[in-house]
Amino acid sequence: MSILVDGQTTVICQGFTGSQGTLHSEQAIAYGTRLAGGVTPGKGGTTHLDRPVFDTVAGAVAETGATASVIYVPARFCKDSILEAADAGIELIVCITEGIPTLDMLAVKDRLDVLGVRLIGPNCPGVITPGACKIGIMPGDIHLPGKVGVVSRSGTLTYEAVKQTTDMGYGQSTCVGIGGDPIPGTHFRDVLGLFEDDPATEAIVMVGEIGGTAEEEAAAFIAEHVTKPVVAYIAGVTAPPGKRMGHAGAIIAGGKGTADDKYAALEAAGVKTVRSLAAIGTGLRELTGW
Amino acid sequence: MNLHEYQSKDLFRSYGLPVSRGIAVDTADAAVEAAQELGGDRWVCKVQVHAGGRGKAGGVKLVGSFDEVRAFAERWVGQRLVTAQTGAEGAPVSKIFVEEAASIDRELYLGAVVDRASRRVVVMASTEGGVEIEEVAAETPEKILQAAIDPATGAQPFQGRAMAFALGLTGRQVGQFTDVFLNLARLFHELDCSLVEVNPLVVTADGDVHCLDAKVNIDNNALYRQPELEALRDASQEDEREARADEFGLNYVALDGNIGCMVNGAGLAMGTMDLVKLQGGNPANFLDVGGGATQAAVAEAFKIILSDDAVKAVLINIFGGIVSCKIIAEGIIAAVTQVGVEVPVVVRFEGNNAAAGLEALATSGLAIDTAESLQDAANKAVAAAAGGAVAAGGNP
Repeated sequence: MSILVDGQTTVICQGFTGSQGTLHSEQAIAYGTRLAGGVTPGKGGTTHLDRPVFDTVAGAVAETGATASVIYVPARFCKDSILEAADAGIELIVCITEGIPTLDMLAVKDRLDVLGVRLIGPNCPGVITPGACKIGIMPGDIHLPGKVGVVSRSGTLTYEAVKQTTDMGYGQSTCVGIGGDPIPGTHFRDVLGLFEDDPATEAIVMVGEIGGTAEEEAAAFIAEHVTKPVVAYIAGVTAPPGKRMGHAGAIIAGGKGTADDKYAALEAAGVKTVRSLAAIGTGLRELTGW
Repeated sequence: MNLHEYQSKDLFRSYGLPVSRGIAVDTADAAVEAAQELGGDRWVCKVQVHAGGRGKAGGVKLVGSFDEVRAFAERWVGQRLVTAQTGAEGAPVSKIFVEEAASIDRELYLGAVVDRASRRVVVMASTEGGVEIEEVAAETPEKILQAAIDPATGAQPFQGRAMAFALGLTGRQVGQFTDVFLNLARLFHELDCSLVEVNPLVVTADGDVHCLDAKVNIDNNALYRQPELEALRDASQEDEREARADEFGLNYVALDGNIGCMVNGAGLAMGTMDLVKLQGGNPANFLDVGGGATQAAVAEAFKIILSDDAVKAVLINIFGGIVSCKIIAEGIIAAVTQVGVEVPVVVRFEGNNAAAGLEALATSGLAIDTAESLQDAANKAVAAAAGGAVAAGGNP
């Protein structure tokens, strides 16, 4: 078991024939992901990476039966691409692209909530169930099939957490990068609920960062709904207020969104927090007794 | 991206929001001419910088003669204004705004932001105008009125009316405020704003609702479709090193420590800074070289980090996902050789081609210290900054 994706998930790629779409589709195929084809408007009927190219997502869904789509199109086209995927009946949309205007995401998120479609990202590494399905830009070889669910707002911090759980032999059930934007499609609490219900997930690593209140909301959710052990790390203790730290969503504004506030909320919810990025794996061992 | 007050007021005017007549100038002669053109016998002179707290810092003055207008312009144009928000260096003043003075009866607050928790643009209003709204929010949150804008329908008149009545406005002011509310929301959406603030929104002595100040911030990600706004950018108000980093696809934020950091990924860059601090050191900066770091970007990153004289050691932390550590290693070697690095450099590689990258550094002949783990890297960088380690070398 796993969450969101498994070995049976059929995936298509929007922006398939572009440079990013090509590079990461090659790696996904090599990893064993069931990538059935892709969409590039105007190139329908051709073949790319030995797979069919379609003009529309609806066409790709009709032909391949895909339920998931990964989006590598430039930021200015993402609103259209996400809504096209949702309209075509895709159930899981993973948007890797960084730099989508915030107002586009407000409209997109509102529409997806109405349709009941899940979006992972944008501005994220994607989602992977090790050994089964890799959708996104994460390096496949640091993962190990296993029992830790990983959820994170940051790409490279996800890799750190994954590496430590792999090195300790625990492995991962599924790893979800929810992205560094202010308006993500999926929040910590959504993924925490999925991990709680997943029999393969025995413990959860949550990696947050400054900005917004998603970690505080996650803490409230954990206190109410999560019985599995959770280790949390928050980046940005040393970040100055009012400065955007790389990610569009990583900013302490009006005194809100500090790492200290997030640590306090998580600790009050019974979460084991670690202050060192290098201590995620050992924190997990201490908490679980593995 | 931030705009100046005079630019924001031009936008306000084009959206039918009531603002005072004013003229932005960059010489004392032009300031006097502006006051003459505006007429009347009282003007407000305002320094134009991208920072709040101008009034308390002396950057806003009510004047009653042309001589005073001239004196204000001579005092400020070409100087720097230090406010609570600028840091000790202050912000450069290249323009002042001369505006006709208004008679004020009441001061209110009106603003709009993207609220991340509710995923809506939220318009806020308060009877506590002219003060820091964050303080009002912290101390008396019940005094802040909110209206969430539905992305599908946009702002509606009933929301503006409800706010107007709650603010204690009466008579024609209710209709005036509702228009301001609707036009502000329209401006926010059409111009891809991340923040709009009118602080204060006033009721004049004549009983009319009027925007006395204007602050507009634009979502950088949307500038591609707002070319006329991008043309309003005033680079002189931005941190020089941050702007240069931006040109090379780097994200840089200066801090006040002495350990320069170069990392791939924003989250890992923050995590690395935090680890340095946890080990008793002090990070000099945040720097994310991004996912597609090239040799040129790495060289530029070195130059930017080393342009800070406080830097006593450099910590490079790369978790190679798609990017190969070997390519980063070649970039580091080239940069150290070209730029000349007179401080110790500690490198930690993990992931894609990490071993090959470390091998390339080891055989380069440069005194670059490699670390076995993240923890080891932080320890070494903190020790190096405290003294004792040798400089990386190269030919300055």
